[in-house]
Amino acid sequence: MTSSVGRRRVEEALLPPLVALLVALVVGDILIILVGQSPSAVFRLMLSGTWGNWYGFGQVLYKATTLICTGLAVSVALRAGLFNIGGEGQLAAGGFAAAVTGLVLPAGTPGLIAVPLCIVAALAAGGLVGAIPGVMKARFGAHEVIVTIMLNFIVLAFLNWIVASHLHVPETLHTPDMHAGTVARLMDWVPLFHGSAVNASLFIAIAAAAIVGWMLFRTRGGYELRAVGLQPDAAEYGGVRVGTVWIKAFVISGALAGLGGINYVLGYKHYYEEGFAAGAGFLGIAVALVGRNHPLGVIIAAFLFATLSQGGLAIHALVPKQMVEVLQGVVILAVAAAVPEVRRLVRSARGGVAE
Amino acid sequence: MSEFAAFIAQTIRIAIPYLFAASGGVVAERAGVVSLTLEGFMLTGAFAATLGSYYSGSPWIGVLCGIGGGLLFGLIHAVASIRYRADQIVVGIAINLLAVGLTRFFLLMAFDSSSNSPRVPGFGVTGDSASLAGALLRNPLVWLGLLAIPAVAWLVHYTPFGLRVRAVGEHPAAAETLGVPVRRVRYLAVALSGILAGLGGVYLALDQHQFTDSMTAGRGFIALAAIIFGRWEPVRAGLACLLFAAAETLQIQLQGMQGIPSQFVQMIPYVLTIVAVGGFVARSTPPAALGKVED
Amino acid sequence: MTAPALAVRMNGIHKSFGPVHANRGAQLEVGAREIHALVGENGAGKSTLMRLLAGLYAPDAGTIEVAGPSGELRDVTGWSTADAIKAGVGMVHQHFMLVRTLTVAENVVLGREPVRGGMLDLARAIADVSRIGDQYGLRVEPARLVGELSVGEAQRVEILKTLFRGARILILDEPTAVLSPLEVKELWGVLRRLREDGATIVLITHKLDEVVDISDRITVMRHGETVARMQTSEATPEAIARAMVGRDVALMGTRNEQGGVRKPSDEIPRGSAPRSSLSVADLVVMNRGLRAVDGVSLNVAPGEILGIAGVEGNGQTELIEAIAGLRPVESGTVKLGQRDVTKASVRDRTESGLAHIPEDRHRRGLVLDYSVADNLILGDQHRYARGATSAWALDDARIGANAQDEIRRFDIRPPDSVLPARALSGGNQQKIVIAREMGGAYDVLLASQPTRGVDVGAIEFIHGQIRAAREAGKAILLVSAELSEILALADRVAVMYGGRIVATLARREATEERLGPLMTGATDTTRPAA
Repeated sequence: MTSSVGRRRVEEALLPPLVALLVALVVGDILIILVGQSPSAVFRLMLSGTWGNWYGFGQVLYKATTLICTGLAVSVALRAGLFNIGGEGQLAAGGFAAAVTGLVLPAGTPGLIAVPLCIVAALAAGGLVGAIPGVMKARFGAHEVIVTIMLNFIVLAFLNWIVASHLHVPETLHTPDMHAGTVARLMDWVPLFHGSAVNASLFIAIAAAAIVGWMLFRTRGGYELRAVGLQPDAAEYGGVRVGTVWIKAFVISGALAGLGGINYVLGYKHYYEEGFAAGAGFLGIAVALVGRNHPLGVIIAAFLFATLSQGGLAIHALVPKQMVEVLQGVVILAVAAAVPEVRRLVRSARGGVAE
Repeated sequence: MSEFAAFIAQTIRIAIPYLFAASGGVVAERAGVVSLTLEGFMLTGAFAATLGSYYSGSPWIGVLCGIGGGLLFGLIHAVASIRYRADQIVVGIAINLLAVGLTRFFLLMAFDSSSNSPRVPGFGVTGDSASLAGALLRNPLVWLGLLAIPAVAWLVHYTPFGLRVRAVGEHPAAAETLGVPVRRVRYLAVALSGILAGLGGVYLALDQHQFTDSMTAGRGFIALAAIIFGRWEPVRAGLACLLFAAAETLQIQLQGMQGIPSQFVQMIPYVLTIVAVGGFVARSTPPAALGKVED
Repeated sequence: MTAPALAVRMNGIHKSFGPVHANRGAQLEVGAREIHALVGENGAGKSTLMRLLAGLYAPDAGTIEVAGPSGELRDVTGWSTADAIKAGVGMVHQHFMLVRTLTVAENVVLGREPVRGGMLDLARAIADVSRIGDQYGLRVEPARLVGELSVGEAQRVEILKTLFRGARILILDEPTAVLSPLEVKELWGVLRRLREDGATIVLITHKLDEVVDISDRITVMRHGETVARMQTSEATPEAIARAMVGRDVALMGTRNEQGGVRKPSDEIPRGSAPRSSLSVADLVVMNRGLRAVDGVSLNVAPGEILGIAGVEGNGQTELIEAIAGLRPVESGTVKLGQRDVTKASVRDRTESGLAHIPEDRHRRGLVLDYSVADNLILGDQHRYARGATSAWALDDARIGANAQDEIRRFDIRPPDSVLPARALSGGNQQKIVIAREMGGAYDVLLASQPTRGVDVGAIEFIHGQIRAAREAGKAILLVSAELSEILALADRVAVMYGGRIVATLARREATEERLGPLMTGATDTTRPAA
């Protein structure tokens, strides 16, 4: 696309995240100075603690893995014009299902069978939870934001009950170790990653991103899904059953979030623990937003937020890691505010739309 | 003290934060602004009140600080959502994250702890139920909290401001053609929700005489559930708050007895809200312009 | 009697919205204490002119003068709605601005609420509303919720809003479009009472029988200009209609003009179904509780264009949507050939040979953010996949080839299939829709406002395509608010008014003089359909 329209679309896509990063940098500087440290020293320490050593880098990869999944989940739903806030619950359900599958399978089951089964369980559990808001919107016109928020609490409470009353290891909040279906950690292959939680789920997550990208932009289903998100009246005119697409999109979205559960369960601790990925569901919204709902953008944004999170730990000696949480909120706020503002500025600078 | 009176007292104690937050949230939502932020407002109010009470020694200063904290966050929400027209749901999530982050950060800075503040003067009470009712009656925030819903109901239905709020949340264009300053009305509504929800947090902190990390624990969302279950009507939302609080109280009192596990009682507000939104009982429809951004 | 005083004078008014030149030097003089009808077809510029008067926007050129309390005209060009309301100018819009969840009284006083002791004085509000209502015969229950009112009652609330604010000059935009004949009589009563009381009323309308009924003077607009001014007592509906419709047919071309069009080629075979026609019997379609289509029957034979003439808002939209499968049918049938498709899905109808050019290309016809190529397969996307289910990939090569082919055949500019549809001009966007719907195999075509918002060159082209389709034996149902377009293309002309077909004429009988009054509701001794 050589036209000005193409350039405008690129601007509208890339400017908001850049603006947000700028704002985050400024706020971060202020907070760092408030604590009596020098911003440059802190940022240097943050970089060296994340991308500057193998352990830190491994941790970044580990955290990014879950975020890629939840970010993909939100972005698929958004592409269909739907808001999936239920990532927390879907993620937990997926992790739980994977852990239970691993417990049910007899020890010694070959990984080639066990691992895919656990993954399917995670996808199915997430998809099932995701189906609820989808069906409620398609059949009853219920607003999916409310349903997904409420469902989070319900699912988490339900899982809490099951684990606490039946499945937990005494004195802990987690299930027993899985018998089969675990996934190797990268440090088993690459000793440099020693100590880091990063595991083969990373590749599964990236593969999921590739599949989502292919689905969205190459298949007929993706064509129809995006049309429903962009212009539901035209999609209906084009023979698409909008309600069915909503349900499908929510099921896929829920499944993707559920997939995120395997990172902790299959790859790290080998059991389900209450609160194992607290916040990753909500952060998925930020990841999708900053990544502009595109799989590649989601991967990059996931890395960004993971770096921020790990970086917070690395700079703990100088600045409280709580600062990172503040920055996360600032980034999200800044991107959310920047998107309509950038769109307005870009359109008025070009002197109106070409229609 | 009779069992029934103890039950009522305990219910009220639990309900006050919900009543505060729901009363504020219902005004903002009726004006068309999504209030996922009640949780963040509450947490900020709680922390600011703790700071104020600690440094001044007076819980009333704490109350003022709490109001200030809630108001500040309310303004952030208002500016992002109204002036910048950011997606209000995303803003809600951001503000809640910000609240958690900032309170943790300053908790560390001010009190050198990552879990809780030191004990601060308050109005609250800890102790057995015999003195609970009396203590509640002496706590001014309890009275304020009980008044919040009726006051807001009166505001929404019997004042010009309330009429404009209702119009702006349903059909802002119609209000605009009649010269109603839509943006200003929304700013005021959101600011009010910040103050009231902040007061909910103030009550929590001063009742427990300290601030604990993430002490609001989802109460803001229960308040939102009450608003939705109450079909965006202040009095019905207030009754929903009492209903949810009563369920919680019941579960606490029945602890140890065979019966419904506590987690299922926890779910009640959320299940009821989904039922309401699905139109299974009575259709719960939000204000028509809720969350929509227009010029 | 002294020389009539003027309440409003507008001179040399120009107003453009982007490329659309809505008012071109329009003029208007409204006498004090009169009911003035502002008449014209869709797009004539009447609403724009009145919105300028009401202060919704400012004119690009020209002057607006309004009489003050002393009766003297003063220049108010460019004033705001707040100024206008204060000066006593009130407008009742075509699309009501009412808050459905509030009561009548609350809607009326919103923004100017009576207050007593800090509280909203609802009792005063109700009393005020009742008083004004009684004074002018506007009967509405002040305590009722607006959402429960009938359209006629809602309109009374809109009028009450203006009167509550002291309006002395009232502008009503197409007020009778949504009223029953009885309610129209009641409205006339209200307007006459207002006039007696000293108010001035401007009525925007296209319904000529009503113009003759109620107005004192008439101003006719066409294409943004004022073309005639008459005393109602001296005017006939025919004269008014002639002034409204004008003699612009030359631009559209006659039936014998060709547009240099190539025939649609290489049709994708859809089975060997014989050419079918379209038949609609006793169709009733509801919209918001009203019968938008009130028992319509029609037939279109292969190789024929049936044109439905009529002012927008008389049920044409609902009729087309029901035939296309986008709106449910209350009763009646729709058949494509022998096949009853009344309850069939959109895709089924497409498979049965139905093509549809929607009246709103931005809403229905295109996904503006999709590329030209992607828009060209909308509705057919399942045919461009490598497999049956939606999980299969789309065949980019075939989509690209289809795009290249249709861009060439239908001269879509710029000829870049990757561009988002948003980037093209209105005419070329419409060509995408035309190419998609008419470029493949179909038997019946629904063409709704096919050249709306399209430049002259593209209009010629599109008309050529439609004619060629007829030559190729397609059955075409054409709906257009532009009478000249109908006259240029149709073999038979049906007139739709109030949800019904009021007349069907052969082309040679369908003259503007006959059609104008039919389109605007004047009863006419119609001969049976030819």
